[in-house]
Amino acid sequence: MTTWLLPLPLILPFATAVLAFLFRRNREGRWISVFGSGATLIAGLILFREVWMNGPIAAQMGEWPAPFGITLVADTLSAVMVVITGITGLAVSIYAVTDVTDEMEELGYHAIFQVLIAGVTGAFLTGDLFNLYVWFEVMLISSFGMLILGGKRVQLDAGIKYVTLNLISTILFLSGIGLLYGTTGTLNLADLSRVVPTVDDGLITIIAMMFMVGFGVKAAVFPLFFWLPASYHTPSFAVSAVFAGLLTKVGVYAMVRMFTLVFTQDVAFTHTILLWVACATMVTGVLGAAAQTDFRRILSFHIVSQIGYMILGLALMTPLAIVGAVFYLVHHIIVKANLFLVAGVANRIAGGTELGRIGSLYKGAPLLAFLFLVPAFSLAGFPPLSGFWAKYVLVKASMDIEMWLVAGIALAVGLMTIYSMTKIWGQAFWKPHPSGIVPKLTDMPSHERAPLMIPIIALAAMTVLIGLFPQPFVAIAERAAAELLDPTVYVTTVLGEIAEEAADQ
Amino acid sequence: MRSSLIVQAATRLLVGLLLLFSIWMLLRGHNEPGGGFIGGLVGSTGFILYAIAHGCRAAREALRIEPQTIAVLGLGIALAAGAFAYLAGEQLFTGQWLFLGRTEENYGVPLSNILVFDIGVYLVVMGSVLTLVLALEEEV
Repeated sequence: MTTWLLPLPLILPFATAVLAFLFRRNREGRWISVFGSGATLIAGLILFREVWMNGPIAAQMGEWPAPFGITLVADTLSAVMVVITGITGLAVSIYAVTDVTDEMEELGYHAIFQVLIAGVTGAFLTGDLFNLYVWFEVMLISSFGMLILGGKRVQLDAGIKYVTLNLISTILFLSGIGLLYGTTGTLNLADLSRVVPTVDDGLITIIAMMFMVGFGVKAAVFPLFFWLPASYHTPSFAVSAVFAGLLTKVGVYAMVRMFTLVFTQDVAFTHTILLWVACATMVTGVLGAAAQTDFRRILSFHIVSQIGYMILGLALMTPLAIVGAVFYLVHHIIVKANLFLVAGVANRIAGGTELGRIGSLYKGAPLLAFLFLVPAFSLAGFPPLSGFWAKYVLVKASMDIEMWLVAGIALAVGLMTIYSMTKIWGQAFWKPHPSGIVPKLTDMPSHERAPLMIPIIALAAMTVLIGLFPQPFVAIAERAAAELLDPTVYVTTVLGEIAEEAADQ
Repeated sequence: MRSSLIVQAATRLLVGLLLLFSIWMLLRGHNEPGGGFIGGLVGSTGFILYAIAHGCRAAREALRIEPQTIAVLGLGIALAAGAFAYLAGEQLFTGQWLFLGRTEENYGVPLSNILVFDIGVYLVVMGSVLTLVLALEEEV
């Protein structure tokens, strides 16, 4: 039954969470988490295959028909995001075998992690606005739990900033939902896309702005990103990798979905704001990174700057730009999670992430140095890595519509990215270690080393693979973009006969 | 902190009443106001009252199972109840009914996976509220 493909990537992480929690005191818990993540990834791949072969699919939970019940729906973009979430989830849960301490395991780390993955997947699959809010809450609560797990003072400090700002965004989001329901009488996304254009009301644009701010906080765009660099460098490395890879992307995904499917009635106004927000995000993020001296803080600011590129693709709203945004979204999740995982290994063998206090990593661990260079160059947009194609498509899209300034900013930010990556390279890898030691990967026992290195190597290999063979990935992004710009198939898949009847009238 | 004799004596009566009331709420929820969420909240107040009167350790002993385990087991039960619809070839969370001893004029005893789901919710709410309250109470 194809409709069961949709809830499966949600059922599996929840079931894994239950089992992993019951076995949290033994070592089985971590392996349950790894196997559960593997199963979730496989479920995601099967879903993607179905969507790729036969087009978008929808399922009505509890068999309540579409505009009234909760709809799960997967078009190409959703299915790709579910697969990427599965990949990141598997990589991080393998990494966590070594990285997460026994104490954190006993507090239920693996269960919270799986619930977080379920929350992210749910946000990608839902076809209902209020249900999206619920998945955001699932994500927020579990990410807060992961952030403060361990209970260090700096973590609690970061956790409070994180939760306060995210709750403000959630309140805006919820108020927007209320107003939208009051105006249109529906919260089903497909139904909204049908109804919103018929409402002749300036209020819709105001509601669109509320959603923009609400999702903007989640996605960490300028000027709403302050919570991100204040919190992402404090938890354990496995946690910050999954945050960096996935959480902000859910905000970007929600923005892409809403501003292509629902809020398209005043593109000249809303998307111009998005355009300049995107440029400011790129620039401030990369400047913030230049001012930092901590491995993870630099990477955190880079998340902000890279989010700018994705929003840029959405703001330009041409077919090629949306292709670029989708490609960027996928590439960035892999690359960014990988960089945080590398930072974790560097911390483990060199004894810190403060760049002044570590060094000699190139001499002692050339493999790690190489594995850092792959995602770092990819992030900056060097050929032949995945980031090159992502940036190339976006810059070309902005030149096609003669946005020279925007294209110039995008290129300059790429250059600045390399500047702060060289800073990490020079300080952490080339400079001699201040205390004279030469950190080696073999300092770790092999049963600790393998779970740390396998995900890093696998993700780096994927970056190279996307870079060398971009064609199939661009084809996927093109199909996703085509579906986003023409939501007819999405709407008829969800609403079925109702939409066809309405079209006949 | 020593609690008063009045609280302790009243608790002895109230705990049982609250737990019974919470189960009544849970069962009533199918057609009338009530259900797993409210039932779970009422049920947790029973144990919270016990913790106030006799201390957190006594409340944990009375619970026997750790509250966070109760919450997670509840999640598992709710999930299993939802996924049960697969066996009937219907979509996730679709209600499945079994009428025991059904005759022409009488529906008999109706059993459903919806009740199982509600029991799951009851346990999730009760477990998580007790986890929070007991953790805060022990901290202070």
